[in-house]
Amino acid sequence: MSSAIEAKSSDVFRIAKLALTSRLIIGTGKYRSYEEMRAAHKASGAEMVTVAVRRVPLDRSSESFLDYLDPEMKILPNTAGCYTAEEAVRTARLAREALETDLVKLEVIGDQTTLFPDNEQTLEAARVLVKEGFVVLPYFNDDLIMAKKLLDAGCTAIMPLAAPIGSGLGIQNPANLRIMREQLPDATIIVDAGVGTASDAAIAMELGADGVLMNTAVASAKDPAAMGEAMKLAIQAGRLAYLGGRMERRLYASASSPLDGVVR
Amino acid sequence: MRVYLNGDSKDLAESSTLLDLVNELNLPSARIAIELNRSVVRRREWENTTLNENDRIEIVHFVGGGVGETGVESMQILS
Repeated sequence: MSSAIEAKSSDVFRIAKLALTSRLIIGTGKYRSYEEMRAAHKASGAEMVTVAVRRVPLDRSSESFLDYLDPEMKILPNTAGCYTAEEAVRTARLAREALETDLVKLEVIGDQTTLFPDNEQTLEAARVLVKEGFVVLPYFNDDLIMAKKLLDAGCTAIMPLAAPIGSGLGIQNPANLRIMREQLPDATIIVDAGVGTASDAAIAMELGADGVLMNTAVASAKDPAAMGEAMKLAIQAGRLAYLGGRMERRLYASASSPLDGVVR
Repeated sequence: MRVYLNGDSKDLAESSTLLDLVNELNLPSARIAIELNRSVVRRREWENTTLNENDRIEIVHFVGGGVGETGVESMQILS
């Protein structure tokens, strides 16, 4: 067994009491069919999925969407679609009751066009939920000061965005993520939103993220299963590159071969 | 009596319980949750929770969604 594989198998991704092998958390929206979703999830190797809470439709029999998920998957309910701290707290409480999980991906949206988070409401909701015993994973702007406040509030992991939700623009501000990693070495940082393709996920991991959450990049790919597998490999590669430690950048060439003994 | 269920008014027999309502709606009891007047009612208490005129009830389940992007219905989860 190579040392890289050994390093990887001992490199556990922890969220509260959970110990995960995969550092990819995957969404469940926007797939063209449940079959396609399942195939993509399987190919991605993800062990955790995120799901949204909604009113049950009363005019038709509602099949349980959760039945289409691999039963081995850990479920991370989210508060997607909430615009106030109060809505998010209520939604989290409902999710806990329905799923018997303390995990919640806290999302309080501030604006419909950008889906940027309302950091103030997010922090307010986080404080309430932590007090109630939730394991809170908040989505927020990639801002170090906000990250510190969320961690001080008792959040288990923090989920900075890389670009607007569903935009696929990739890591728009790598410096912010790098600063967050350097300043918060013990925090669990999961890049949430903005990843468009495999290299974006690899960059997030190379910058030191502990994990990546994505939905649209896989669900809206031409072949979601292929993209799911690409994401799995990219996250593994990025993680190993981070642990491996990249070389310093140099402006000028530095020969790899010795100069002594060159035939003149 | 009239109650408000997921934002719409609904007529129910007097002294109906939450469990009666779940049964009447043919909902699966697993993996749903109920809020009555903005407080969650634990599953085991559905049977003993009698509804009153003008009660506001929310019944939720789970749908596919990643991040903020569950479409039109996302605007009004709860009211």
